Amino acid sequence: MNVAVAKTGNGRAVSDLFASAEGRLPGSPAVIAARREAFEAYERLGLPHRRIEEWKYTDLRALVGEVLPLAASPDAAALKRAADAVKAHAIDGARKLVLVDGVFAADLSDVKALAAEAGFKTLRETLEKDASLLKTASTDAVIALNAAMATDGVILSIADGAQPSAPIQIIHIATAASASAFTRSQVAIGKGVRATIVESFVATGAEAYQVNDAVIVSIGDDADVAHIRLMDDAPDAVNVTSHFVTVGANVKLNFFNMTTGAAVSRLQGFITFSGEGSELSANGVNLLQKTEHGDTTLVVDHAVPNCVSREVFRAVIDDRAHSVFQGRIIVRPDAQKTDGKMMTRALLLSDEAEADNKPELEIFADDVSCGHGATAGALDDSLLFYLKARGLPEKQAQALLIQAFVGEAIEQIADDGLREHVIGIAERWLERRS
Amino acid sequence: MALLEVKDLKVRVEEREILHGLTLTVNEGEVHAIMGPNGSGKSTLSHVIAGKPGYEVTDGQILFKGEDLLEMDPDERAAKGVFLAFQYPVEIPGVATMTFLRTALNAQRKARGESEYSTPDFLKKVREVSKSLNIPQDMLKRGVNVGFSGGEKKRNEVLQMALFEPSLCILDEMDSGLDIDALRIAADGVNALRSPGRAMVVITHYQRLLNYIVPDFVHVMSRGRVVKSGAKDLALELEASGYTQFEDA
Ligand SMILES: Nc1ncnc2c1ncn2[C@@H]1O[C@H](COP(=O)(O)OP(=O)(O)O)[C@@H](O)[C@H]1O
Ligand SMILES: [Mg+2]
Repeated sequence: MNVAVAKTGNGRAVSDLFASAEGRLPGSPAVIAARREAFEAYERLGLPHRRIEEWKYTDLRALVGEVLPLAASPDAAALKRAADAVKAHAIDGARKLVLVDGVFAADLSDVKALAAEAGFKTLRETLEKDASLLKTASTDAVIALNAAMATDGVILSIADGAQPSAPIQIIHIATAASASAFTRSQVAIGKGVRATIVESFVATGAEAYQVNDAVIVSIGDDADVAHIRLMDDAPDAVNVTSHFVTVGANVKLNFFNMTTGAAVSRLQGFITFSGEGSELSANGVNLLQKTEHGDTTLVVDHAVPNCVSREVFRAVIDDRAHSVFQGRIIVRPDAQKTDGKMMTRALLLSDEAEADNKPELEIFADDVSCGHGATAGALDDSLLFYLKARGLPEKQAQALLIQAFVGEAIEQIADDGLREHVIGIAERWLERRS
Repeated sequence: MALLEVKDLKVRVEEREILHGLTLTVNEGEVHAIMGPNGSGKSTLSHVIAGKPGYEVTDGQILFKGEDLLEMDPDERAAKGVFLAFQYPVEIPGVATMTFLRTALNAQRKARGESEYSTPDFLKKVREVSKSLNIPQDMLKRGVNVGFSGGEKKRNEVLQMALFEPSLCILDEMDSGLDIDALRIAADGVNALRSPGRAMVVITHYQRLLNYIVPDFVHVMSRGRVVKSGAKDLALELEASGYTQFEDA
């Protein structure tokens, strides 16, 4: 098949990327044409780098260099290993939807149990007829690449008024080495729905691989939604995830992101209020060590009046790791009575640890209450000494103070069970450290 | 063998010598009071015994049960039985008092090769001790010392002393900031812990505390040295005459 190759700087290798994958990418001829267009857009831009303002602190060209080839579909052995990972990472009672190396694994998923409570299809099925899911308003290169390469994803719809009895957990499992998984999912939440969505990213081994995920979420009026993302990819992995969230009126959205894995990661969330009276609580914790680079970028767009957004982020940075938090709050001209606040704190556990924080308030309305605050510092020596004087060895004293520190973000998780689950993840990270 | 032997201790803080050769011997079962004006080095001594960083010992030694205390990390000292009730206990937001007590107690027991306390045993013990010190249970659910009054902070120190059962208790200005009722409760708690196997060093600026915790020996500190030692009556003499006679020493 002929591929139109744009002759740009690093065009050669990436063109191979698409050409070698094209035969395996699902979709109608119209979809394939849309993919090629997206890929050309990606090729013109190349991987984001530091001269692109939004990617200033996360230079993917320098940190990642090249995009690895598309992962092969998982074979029986890979699915067997994935099954073990599912057991280890499943939330109690959750309805699981499992993607292995970017391909939906029906045998590992709870499709039947879910059917009574939510509509479900795979991206692969959807793309047979409809290319619209590959479109987003974004011009970001990683999102264009995702549109070009996405092999699969979950397309969920929760009908108006539904209250699924259990959390729905999307589990991404990587089994392949030196390969990329591209996934794109959609979660359409109806009016008055009460639901919990959990996303987990894990690996079966310590391979180097790359994940590029996109999730498109729409939330109907009066819904009450918890959305938790737990990213624990392998130590040499790369994870770039983009969220597009549209929030209706009188919605309560409780979002939390936990980053404990991957050599390089970025979660970029674009959250737009499209109905009045809604409340967003968006929080997260980055736990980074060695030379890990973890970036959380959140753009909250108050496009309508009378909405509240609260962001609490904590980063714990050890060794030579680097944490980035970029928070932008946009208040559109008629979004009066907007109440938007973000508070970021970084805890530096070593002299070489690095934290970058870029808060931006873009306020075009006059009757609003917005603010941000940020701190970065080491553990308090006087608190450490008090704990040691009571018998706690250094690492244990540190662990207790670190838990308290991240607790300020974790306590924002409204659901008791999920909060305990996340506390457990932090505890295990601290145990690994000592 | 003495429980604690401080021999000719010289200590510097930021290049300035604060203790100029201090000697003190404490035996099991004894209660010693250290009195002295502000700035005489009382807290410095207590910090060096507990192992607080930032102090440079340039000469002398500290033996605890015959072992070189200065070679040990603060947590090892705690596990061996050294306890300092701080003059200014810090607040630790986000660490529930109960979690802290349990983690500390079990860390000490683990370091000594003892088994960890079971949950019911631990809870029973905390409940008993906190009741005797008039510490309400909901205080134990709050962050360590967070929002505690001065009296509550001091009682929390005594609570820890009772739980950890150290063999040497150093009380640094336990009476500072306490009204008479709060002082009496805290002192009763301390007195209940007096035992033949346990020694106490009560540091205070005022004689008042010694009406409640009656010492066996009194030492007067001035300008980084012990300048006079005697029986408990020495405290009363000091009350009458003040520290000025020692200031010029
Ligand atoms: N961290 C410090 N840095 C500098 N000087 C200190 C420090 N701690 C204590 N000092 C000085 O050491 C002397 C003794 O202080 P301290 O031990 O607190 O006395 P006391 O407890 O008897 O009032 C004082 O002159 C004080 O200013
Ligand atoms: Mg003092």
